[in-house]
Amino acid sequence: MERIPILRMGNYLLVTIQVDMHDKLALTLQDDLTNRITEANAKGVLIDISSLEIVDSFIGRTLANIASMARVLDAETVVVGMQPAVAITLVELGMSLPGIRTALNVESGMEYLRETVADHEESDGYIGDSAED
Amino acid sequence: MSKLLEAIQENRKSILQDWTQRLKSVDRRRDLLDDRELDTDAGNVLSAIADVPAGTTLEDFSAVGWQPLKELLTNLSVSRAAKGFSPSETAIFVFSLKPSLFTLARQQWGKDAGELFLEISAINEFVDKLALHTTDSYIHGRDQVIARQQEEMLELSTPVVTLWDGIVALPLIGTLDSARTQVVMESLLQAIVQTNSRFAIIDITGVPTVDTLVAQHLLKTITAARLMGAECILSGIRPQIAQTIVHLGINLEDVITKSKLADAFRLALERSGRKVVRVDKANSASTTNPRVI
Amino acid sequence: MAISGTVQKTETVPIASSSDVVLVRQRVRVWTTEMKFSLVEQTKIVTAASELGRNTLEHGGGGSLELAIVVNGSRQGLRLRFSDKGPGIADISLAMKDGYTSGSGLGLGLGGSKRLMSEFEIDTKPGGGTTITAIRWK
Repeated sequence: MERIPILRMGNYLLVTIQVDMHDKLALTLQDDLTNRITEANAKGVLIDISSLEIVDSFIGRTLANIASMARVLDAETVVVGMQPAVAITLVELGMSLPGIRTALNVESGMEYLRETVADHEESDGYIGDSAED
Repeated sequence: MSKLLEAIQENRKSILQDWTQRLKSVDRRRDLLDDRELDTDAGNVLSAIADVPAGTTLEDFSAVGWQPLKELLTNLSVSRAAKGFSPSETAIFVFSLKPSLFTLARQQWGKDAGELFLEISAINEFVDKLALHTTDSYIHGRDQVIARQQEEMLELSTPVVTLWDGIVALPLIGTLDSARTQVVMESLLQAIVQTNSRFAIIDITGVPTVDTLVAQHLLKTITAARLMGAECILSGIRPQIAQTIVHLGINLEDVITKSKLADAFRLALERSGRKVVRVDKANSASTTNPRVI
Repeated sequence: MAISGTVQKTETVPIASSSDVVLVRQRVRVWTTEMKFSLVEQTKIVTAASELGRNTLEHGGGGSLELAIVVNGSRQGLRLRFSDKGPGIADISLAMKDGYTSGSGLGLGLGGSKRLMSEFEIDTKPGGGTTITAIRWK
């Protein structure tokens, strides 16, 4: 069965959506990501939608669901590269995707994840290598 | 039921000759159209009439069979408009087919007054419809040119300015109407992508009034920019506009607003991790220009 | 029917599965490109078609889309007509409500699709199927 590939980069998972997904594929992606986050103990998920020319309410909800599930699993999600025409259309559709963090491109998305994940690690009280557990 | 179509099909050559002769004898714009083009145009139109699929009637102009003729007339009209012909000059091209068809009718049915009347009426109705279609297309074509020019003017008159790396500004000037606002907003979003800007300052100092529709467009643009990963700051809100916004019940809670463009710029710099510092006089060569880190 | 114009050139796309919704998007994209709509307009139209196509599948139990070019005077438009023989829409105002951001599936969210198109008409009877006609003028 076709799946959207999920790449792992250290603590982060990278997904690039390049195909016009049918609903089942989107749901499969949702499942796969949730599993991979747990498997890899990932702290951040970057979803690159710069190739997507159409984002309808179903895809919008899928992205929102992914972000929510990731948060429950203690991972940050950032969606990058939304095309202007897509953004304009989503707003007209009435979807502002409030819970989703966005960035202009992969670079700034990764920057955001690194900053956020680092913040989390600091607040968890982890201060680098410690001699004792 | 008119027998005109059949008669036209059987007598194409003579009709065409009569028509083109008339066209050339009238004082027409020889500077814009030469004889050969005229012959070609007339020939194409007559063929489009004569070659309609079987079953197409003269009376039902909305039938699918007339589509090629309509398209031909539209193209002709648009190209004439582009050449500089006036709408009536273009319509006359079509109207001048009438005398040729009248001659045909008299030849065919001159002895039968009832039939002759029927056919003359049919000719009038049909050619009138053709001429009206031609005029409509002419006007539509001209409207499209005007619309395109307006768009180009809009894009020229609202340039997006890059203030610093990753910070763009859109100084809006003049009255904003719905159409203009949409075009302007699209170009802002485009600029954000092209310049990779995380911050966009929309300055409305030069905008005298804002109504609900315009405010909605502004809000939609700000939301769209956010979806793309950029933050918008609204600046230059004059006291009168602030009052209007409150009166109209427009919710700007989620929008960062600054009264001055300079303040918006300072905020964008801060948010992007930069600050402006004054360089010590002793260290700088000739000026005390503040340096942006 | 309030939506008027002469119809030229039509195409029918059956909607029976989720991959048909993808086909709907592809065919509508082809038509909007041929009709030379701007990029933003194309995006809006294809997105509306995707929404309506999905509704036809999920709420209507499947159906079809008819694409057509309509001409009204010198105006040209793209007409999308989605029909199904499903349960119909009992409460149209509820169906038009935006229910998506909450994800509660409250309404069919048809209001969104309506905003993306120039004209929008729903013809439905509870138990008697639904036909949604939407036109975007150039």
